[in-house]
Amino acid sequence: MLSRTADHLYWMSRYIERAESLARLVDAHYRMSLLPHSGDTLSESLQATMTALHITEAYAAKHERIEPRAVFEFVSLDRDYSGSILSCLRAARENARAVRGSLTSELWVTLNSTWLDARVLAVRGLPNVDIGQFVEWVKERSHLTRGVTIGTMLRDEAFHFTRIGTFLERADSTARILTAHQNDLEPGADATSVPDPYQWSVLLRALSAFEVYRRVYRDVITPFKVAQLLILRDDMPRSLLRCCKEVYSNLRSVANEQSAETERRAGEMHAKLHFTRMEEITAQGVPEFLEGFLARLRDLGDRVAHDFLVPPAEA
Amino acid sequence: MATTAYDEMYLAKDGGARTQYRRYSEWLAIQPADRLAQKRAEADALFHRVGITFAVYGQEEGAERLIPFDIVPRVLPLDEWNRLEAGLKQRVSALNAFIHDIYHDQQILKAGVIPAEQVLCNSQYRPEMQGIDVQGGIYAHIAGIDIVRDDAGEFRVLEDNLRVPSGVSYMLENRKMMMRLFPELFSEHRIAPVDHYPDVLLDNLRSVAPTGVADPTVVLLTAGAHNSAYFEHAFLAQQMGIELVEGQDLFVRDEAVFMRTTQGPQRVDVIYRRIDDDFLDPLVFRPDSMLGIPGLLTAYRAGRVTIANAIGTGVADDKSIYPYVPEMIRFYLGQAPIIGNVHTWMLRRAEDLAYVLAHLPELVVKEVHGAGGYGMLIGPAASKAEIERFRHQIIATPERYIAQPTLALSTCPTFAAAGLAPRHIDLRPFVLSGRGREVTIVPGGLTRVALTEGSLVVNSSQGGGTKDTWVLED
Repeated sequence: MLSRTADHLYWMSRYIERAESLARLVDAHYRMSLLPHSGDTLSESLQATMTALHITEAYAAKHERIEPRAVFEFVSLDRDYSGSILSCLRAARENARAVRGSLTSELWVTLNSTWLDARVLAVRGLPNVDIGQFVEWVKERSHLTRGVTIGTMLRDEAFHFTRIGTFLERADSTARILTAHQNDLEPGADATSVPDPYQWSVLLRALSAFEVYRRVYRDVITPFKVAQLLILRDDMPRSLLRCCKEVYSNLRSVANEQSAETERRAGEMHAKLHFTRMEEITAQGVPEFLEGFLARLRDLGDRVAHDFLVPPAEA
Repeated sequence: MATTAYDEMYLAKDGGARTQYRRYSEWLAIQPADRLAQKRAEADALFHRVGITFAVYGQEEGAERLIPFDIVPRVLPLDEWNRLEAGLKQRVSALNAFIHDIYHDQQILKAGVIPAEQVLCNSQYRPEMQGIDVQGGIYAHIAGIDIVRDDAGEFRVLEDNLRVPSGVSYMLENRKMMMRLFPELFSEHRIAPVDHYPDVLLDNLRSVAPTGVADPTVVLLTAGAHNSAYFEHAFLAQQMGIELVEGQDLFVRDEAVFMRTTQGPQRVDVIYRRIDDDFLDPLVFRPDSMLGIPGLLTAYRAGRVTIANAIGTGVADDKSIYPYVPEMIRFYLGQAPIIGNVHTWMLRRAEDLAYVLAHLPELVVKEVHGAGGYGMLIGPAASKAEIERFRHQIIATPERYIAQPTLALSTCPTFAAAGLAPRHIDLRPFVLSGRGREVTIVPGGLTRVALTEGSLVVNSSQGGGTKDTWVLED
């Protein structure tokens, strides 16, 4: 397939995934804002999340102080901020439009409809749009997009590049959310301590892991187990291990003459997570681990772009 | 305009429906107004969802608009269509013969049928094509011939489009939409299908691949997602199952064209291009073109790749050449033209110029190189000031203009704000030519309608809409 087509498909799915991740974060903080006495914890968590996602600077250019409603609106519907949910939905649709001939018509109509509806919501703006309903809607559209992708697309290269985009983005998102909460994830001294329950609910809900945690551990929430769930559980769909596994297997399906090293690095990332134990990560330090992981993920993204999406200049 | 337009649906004498519209008009008469209104709204919503839109030049970046779709079909009886089809095949065969001749022996010029300077000094004449043999001798693989019906009910060719004619996707989508909105009409009529167009197009494109290529790779070259016809490019590529490429996706090496794929370079044999000659190869044509492929012409001249339509077809659809097409048919085919032209005054001729200047308020004046309804004077609809402005332009450069009588284009009932009302229409059938194949036309074409009362301009860029076009098989 055309390298440019692969590039658009890859970014199309990254942007949809990014919109969903942002929607989850807004959702988690929004719920927290509805609880009594959540004030300090809420702004702490918001600040940490905005820093981890590099939102702070763009926000500060428009707003003087961090105020939850303003943050929600900025992240959700700001037209000028290229990282807002609205902008992500537009970018996903623009990428899809550039290769609409390579998508199934169902997938194209799904992405186009999402954007058309989002545009209407953006015009109405807050407070006319209920923020809780909006993020719920974004998640549903992302679920629908993924379902249509899996349900209608031929399992060819186009599909695999779409999946690579999804899982690289998801790994990035999970790692950043963990980074925002890394202080609470230092289980070293007191592995059984129970920190602020608000914080945990934000973290777990933002990763669709709240109910999963209960089901898997049937136990009180401890930092050690949370980290284990989100980093090392193979059956947890948003864990770092799971994402790396998916990236690796999709990469193998599209391998070309120059992609061997990229494939090896993806395999190595997967294998390291597969064979490590939480104790090793703790010994190394969770922040150091996450920092290293994000760096290797960035490297992998660059290598995918180089090997498949931006071919070397023809002599 | 003294004459009354021909109404496609109703007879002038008693207001009854013409034979081909009889069943439809009976059906229409019993449709509740709110059902039709709801169907029209449904059509609009669906076109938006599916993204059947066109970008508008000169508007906010990324602005996309619908081409208005009218739910009343344009219906052609089989005998009229058969005659049209024969006339179109004849005309396009002659035009292809003409282009081949012009770029080879130029017999038609030697015979004095067309003044040589009209052709050789034409900006659309491409000296780069002189002496090049194209595959199968076909230049205009896809031709869009604009047909109008005059007040006497006669079909006439208004314009030939031999470069990158567009609109066929609307023909296909309009049919799909009609079948979805009014399935009952399709069980009550025998309407000739059109949805095999992409198959026929692909077959014709494959037939002109360079000799010796067993399984040719065909691609569609687009200017990109911001081009006004991008929807059509993506649609056709998808329907044919071929890659939709931009200039940046292709490169030339060793006189062959390749596309950049995730698995490395892949050879390309046929390029169905939807960009103009000027932008194809920055090394030969416009050096500032970002849309083209450097070196493409080298590969083309070496016969290693086919470009459809061929380079240089514009010399045959230019408005200054149009008046000679009936002569071409006689010259190359030895036949009388089945469909006539619209009478045309060539203002480079002194006697024509004198007549036209004396009759400007009655005539339509067109710029020879204009397109899309731009650069045109419609005398009866123009203000005195506009007419005077044109008069000055014509006197300054008469060779840049032609004039035609203001035609009473036929009308078809169309939904307007106040209900059904007659609106002027034309028809663009798409004529496909390939190697060793009969010229093919999918029955019907794109019917365009001028939505403004009395307007004769059907172009989508100027507020025109479209209709489904039916050829009845019984």
